[in-house]
Amino acid sequence: MQTVRLFGHWIHGSIRIILHGGILYWCWTLLLLALVGMGGVSYAHQLQEGLITTSMRDQVSWGFYIGNFTFLVGVAAAAVTLVVPAYIYGWKPIKEIVVYGEMMAVTAITCCALFVVVDIGHPERFWHLIPGPGILNVPSSLLGWDVIALNSYLLLNFVIVTYLLFNLFRRHHPNQKIYMTLVWISIPAAIAIHTVTAFLYSGLVARPFWNSAILAPRFIVSAFCSGPALMLVIMQLMQRFTTFHIRREAIWKIAELMTYFMGFNLFLLCAEVFKDYYSDTGHLVHMRYMFNGVGDHDAIVPWMWSAVSCSVIAFLIFLSRKRRENLLWLNLGCTLVFFGVYLEKSMGMVIPGMTPDTLGEIYEYVPSWNEIRVSLGILALGALIYTWMVRIATPILHDEFHFDDGKATHPPLGTKSRAGGT
Amino acid sequence: MKPLRTLLLAALCALPLACREHVESKSYFGSAFPERHPTSYPEMSANAVLRQAPPFEGEDIFPCSECHDPDFMEVDPTHRELEDPHDTLDPLRHGAGRLWCLDCHDAEDRDMLHLASGRTIPFEEAPLLCGQCHGEKYRDWLGGAHGKRTGHWQQGQGKEVWVCANCHRAHAPQFKPIQPKPAPKRPEVTR
Amino acid sequence: MSPEVSRREFLCTVAGCAAAAAVGGCSDITHTDFFRKRFRELEPDELKDIIADLEARQTAKYGKQTTISTKGPLPGVEYGYALDVSRCVGCRRCEYACFDENNQGHDPEIHWIRVLEMEQKLGINFEESDPYYEAEEVPEPGHFYLPVACQHCRNAPCVKSCPVGATWEEEDGIVVVDYDWCIGCRCCVAACPYGARHFNWAEPKLPAEAQNPNQHYLGNRPRPKGVVEKCTFCIHRVREGQYPACMEACPVGARTFGNLLDPNGELRYILENKKVFVLKSELNTKPRFYYYYG
Repeated sequence: MQTVRLFGHWIHGSIRIILHGGILYWCWTLLLLALVGMGGVSYAHQLQEGLITTSMRDQVSWGFYIGNFTFLVGVAAAAVTLVVPAYIYGWKPIKEIVVYGEMMAVTAITCCALFVVVDIGHPERFWHLIPGPGILNVPSSLLGWDVIALNSYLLLNFVIVTYLLFNLFRRHHPNQKIYMTLVWISIPAAIAIHTVTAFLYSGLVARPFWNSAILAPRFIVSAFCSGPALMLVIMQLMQRFTTFHIRREAIWKIAELMTYFMGFNLFLLCAEVFKDYYSDTGHLVHMRYMFNGVGDHDAIVPWMWSAVSCSVIAFLIFLSRKRRENLLWLNLGCTLVFFGVYLEKSMGMVIPGMTPDTLGEIYEYVPSWNEIRVSLGILALGALIYTWMVRIATPILHDEFHFDDGKATHPPLGTKSRAGGT
Repeated sequence: MKPLRTLLLAALCALPLACREHVESKSYFGSAFPERHPTSYPEMSANAVLRQAPPFEGEDIFPCSECHDPDFMEVDPTHRELEDPHDTLDPLRHGAGRLWCLDCHDAEDRDMLHLASGRTIPFEEAPLLCGQCHGEKYRDWLGGAHGKRTGHWQQGQGKEVWVCANCHRAHAPQFKPIQPKPAPKRPEVTR
Repeated sequence: MSPEVSRREFLCTVAGCAAAAAVGGCSDITHTDFFRKRFRELEPDELKDIIADLEARQTAKYGKQTTISTKGPLPGVEYGYALDVSRCVGCRRCEYACFDENNQGHDPEIHWIRVLEMEQKLGINFEESDPYYEAEEVPEPGHFYLPVACQHCRNAPCVKSCPVGATWEEEDGIVVVDYDWCIGCRCCVAACPYGARHFNWAEPKLPAEAQNPNQHYLGNRPRPKGVVEKCTFCIHRVREGQYPACMEACPVGARTFGNLLDPNGELRYILENKKVFVLKSELNTKPRFYYYYG
């Protein structure tokens, strides 16, 4: 009973935090809310008319939505695995790194789920996936496995974050055994979700571009480039806007680890490129569509060269220790590798895999505006959720928002505070 | 031009009627084959009804014996340029000049065909004649790899087997090119 | 508590959430449609009611007495198809016979059969093929034609990929889709190596005069938007003993349909005597659709 009441206090206090903030906070929030609203309206339009509002057709039957989904699974996986170096090197704000990473995972997986929901033709039939009333076609269906993996991962991270924050809020020591066990489960689970998502593609014999044994390793390695890049930028932003503090050495170490992964990522890409171009089988056409264009069809080519350039330049920047330990260069490199991996893994993975289609037809897919608006809405919702979670979590982690001796302490609102009230 | 076309059309329409008349007298177009010729194609496993071949398009010039009456017209077995009506109506474009009317049509009885052995057969059994040259096609037709079947796929349930002349004109067997149906819509224009 | 009650209770709780999603696009979906079970789980009398309801709705909508069959596989039958590539002239008669027979959407247009034009000098080469050829007359010199529809694989990648079991292989070998169970995720479209699966990107428009009232639940009944459909070997015809519409329509007799288990059937003759091939045999999909050069 006591716990339930405390939980009520926590929720109440959290809502209070969300509803108060400085001008910058409100600008950011309102911008995101506007984008979410726009996405909602566009989605309503799509529900009304059908997926004809997208640019997807039978020839290219997955597109922007599933591309974003794939990328975000990688972000969700990588955010959590930052815990591993944090433990190995004993970085001090480890609790923070765990919490911010797992919150990122919760956010990214929520977005993933939404991207799947907007992609399917009959979202109201989702209950067909629930064993019992419906049927989940495992072990044969990889999407079935993905549903299990992603939902378990979402639940796991949600439980970890809630357990940790709620206990800190009520000034209990979180049971180290429970909490660390869950954290350690979440690490292989992170690898698992991305592997299953890769298998969703690489298991398709119809699509030689995806039907590659190194797709799963590529997914994971590229996630270890883009995920930490995003986290590094976010951590710096939080350092700027909240009282969160991360030691420089931790940032440098993450950057160093990223360098290895970026190199490895490029190596795996080279392996794929070599295999396809040198063997020059009928399967090369997908790679050619991506990097050379086929006939007049070359809409995707500049994007793919940009993606490769971004990844290469970022790697070159990170190779030099002096550069990557300079915040300006570091952030430039992070941005480049983030966009490089984003382009390569969302559009650059999905579209060439389906172009030309299985009967050799080339339909040049470019996302429709409605599709882009819906996607922006989902990403904005993710950003909003993450912003709110950070604003709630930060004062708890700094002991400014807690419940003790029958009374709640709230962080000071409206001024620059640990709750990020600027 | 127009009256001529109308006349031709009328003649074409009258053709089936005319043929039916012949059924009784000359048995050009009988009903179910297997009953009448149960041993014609013992190799055929289809256990089917043979679909009757229509006569080639043109005016009602059946039966052949109407003109080619031994009492009325002498048999001229020489290989020669054909004259009216056979040069225009259904000219012979079969066998690249190697074939001649009397290679298939019986000289004595123009309403019958004859095999290489000399045995005469009615028009309904024409596939036997075709099979003399086109042995492989004939075997494929019996087995089901050549020709068209309609009706029911189950044996003995009303499967209809088309004979050679249902699809090929005996005197000009090669298919003429036809106009295709329109192309499907491209995905780019599906909005 | 019986499983039936718990199912209903569960569904009622989720209905609230789902209603929000359903409001926008699925206004024509009634309560019974939403709660309908999988075809394979329906009791005979439930099925009877559903069929009666579906028939009445269509009869009212299209003004034709509609019958929807649920006839199951015939014993001792496994369907197969063979197509003589050397004889096909590319006239697309099969494509349109299928279009008319199977109540396919007129807008957006869906064709279960694609006739690919290929160059003789290149052989079978999908990358160089063209389904959109426009010609005064076919066959065009130097070209041959390859009609492709569902290959009814014995090891069907589409069936494997479906997360809800909405598509499966019947005992007679026909791969079918339960349109009222499909969630529209298009995994099967991505999984099919033959481009045989088609998604209803919008509500398919079927003019009343074009509606074929002779239907099968798993076959040619009009589909809603947002689900996947495909060739069913004309399940409503072949289970009654008739040939598929495409075969009836072929003017050159290039198509042969029949029972693979009949040792005296045409298909067995072709398999034993002709150089038969299947498309993309390296993928081990084991199609029941064979091509040969006759």
